[in-house]
Amino acid sequence: MIEVTGLTKRFGSKIAVDNLSFSVEKGEVLGFLGPNGAGKSTTMRMVTGFLPVTKGKIEISGVSVIRNPIEAKQKIGYLPESAPLYNDMTVQGFLKFCASMRGLSGNARREAVSKSIETCFLENVARQSIGTLSKGYRHRTCLAQSLLHDPEVLVLDEPTDGLDPNQKLEVRKLIKNLGKEKAILFSTHILEEVSAACTRAVIVDKGSIVADGTPEQLSKEGGGSLYDLFHKVTSFETPAA
Amino acid sequence: MNTWTIFKRELTSYFTQPTAYAIAIIFGLLSTLLAFTIGGFWNIADASLHGSFFRFHPLLLMILVPAVSMRQWSDEHSTNTIELLGTFPVNLRSAIWGKFLASALIWALALGLTFPMVVAVNHLGSPDNWTIFSGYLGSFFVCLTFLAITTLVSSFTRDQVVALIASVAICCILTILGWEPVINEIRRSGSDTAVETMTRLGIYSHFFEATLGKISFTSLLYFIGLIITCLFGTSMVLKSQRS
Ligand SMILES: Nc1ncnc2c1ncn2[C@@H]1O[C@H](COP(=O)(O)OP(=O)(O)OP(=O)(O)O)[C@@H](O)[C@H]1O
Ligand SMILES: [Mg+2]
Repeated sequence: MIEVTGLTKRFGSKIAVDNLSFSVEKGEVLGFLGPNGAGKSTTMRMVTGFLPVTKGKIEISGVSVIRNPIEAKQKIGYLPESAPLYNDMTVQGFLKFCASMRGLSGNARREAVSKSIETCFLENVARQSIGTLSKGYRHRTCLAQSLLHDPEVLVLDEPTDGLDPNQKLEVRKLIKNLGKEKAILFSTHILEEVSAACTRAVIVDKGSIVADGTPEQLSKEGGGSLYDLFHKVTSFETPAA
Repeated sequence: MNTWTIFKRELTSYFTQPTAYAIAIIFGLLSTLLAFTIGGFWNIADASLHGSFFRFHPLLLMILVPAVSMRQWSDEHSTNTIELLGTFPVNLRSAIWGKFLASALIWALALGLTFPMVVAVNHLGSPDNWTIFSGYLGSFFVCLTFLAITTLVSSFTRDQVVALIASVAICCILTILGWEPVINEIRRSGSDTAVETMTRLGIYSHFFEATLGKISFTSLLYFIGLIITCLFGTSMVLKSQRS
């Protein structure tokens, strides 16, 4: 469903993503690992059509993000890294707005909003102003936004960042469940999440893939521990932002 | 459709915070106050409102319009919500127009708040209400032009104060270029072509025509041209920022 070939992104002279290729099929959850500044978010921004690519191809269910962005974007749900929100809206108002932007209206919109409020455990804050939410609730609100239109493809940039341990567990479960029906690409810094939620994982370093496999394969490669593998294949010296 | 969605969101956001109300009221008060004091509304028996009331509009608007809309795109950058807008299956153009039209409505309302002036002149005499309407239309076009400039400037920066200062500066230049005292000064020392060019480039001459009840085709072209250029520029800036 997500088909990325030879993806490259240059910022000035700096290469942030270097000739990256991977694919995620329906029913797969691909974990995206890598040190800070490896190029994970940049890759995701290109896959979702936010950043233009320098070189390479991206296809979502056969639709090119580069040539046919609007059609491709309809198939994607995206949680950006910083979980951006409009602070002057209520949770419900915001979700309603996002659903409208996704082309939903009337009953379909009402159902989509209440369903994603339920899925992300936002019932208690539905009428609260977003500006007054705690960090974890903000994150969940933005996650709810990505599920509204029941997309075939989910791109989640650190979906468990800032959540309490219970919520982390819930979101992992959610990702695993959604992954049965969808193609999911998600990034994380928590290596336990790989075995908890992923069917496959790649480790990215300096814009290139340095390891790729199922959680079992990867930890075997690292001599029984994913930490050791991560340590071995990634560099400490990542270029500062 | 998406323009409408964005339009509603922006409008709600204007009305959930005091800035828009406050500035609309400041505009209403100041423009009326100026008409009765410096404008000499009582002395010149100004039935068309041209010399006493409308005259001050560009001077007020060049500061107040950017103040209402400085956040238009700079907030989108600073809260990163541009990343949401940029990944919705919509054209960025609809977002630009939605925001622009929402601010435009705010200014239509603010101009509407000055209707006591119209009531007053109609009470005192029998003015040509078409001329007054044309004056309001001219004033609204000045609003739209300043608004488009603010839209463009705010798309450059994530800092709303920078957006405010830069847009006020540009609107100020446009206003001063054709302002009577400045033009008179230039006329005394400079060449006729300089005076001619400045009058045409500045916003005042085009605005004055409208307040006298004769909007010319060139003036319309001036306003609409500036607005379209700025909004088109905004979409170029927003696109290029990502690469
Ligand atoms: N707009 C930009 N202009 C210039 N350089 C950028 C830009 N965006 C990202 N970069 C650079 O690209 C590289 C990759 O950044 P990216 O945000 O993709 O890293 P990441 O893997 O998501 O890191 P983290 O784990 O910290 O989220 C970094 O070196 C960053 O400084
Ligand atoms: Mg990142």
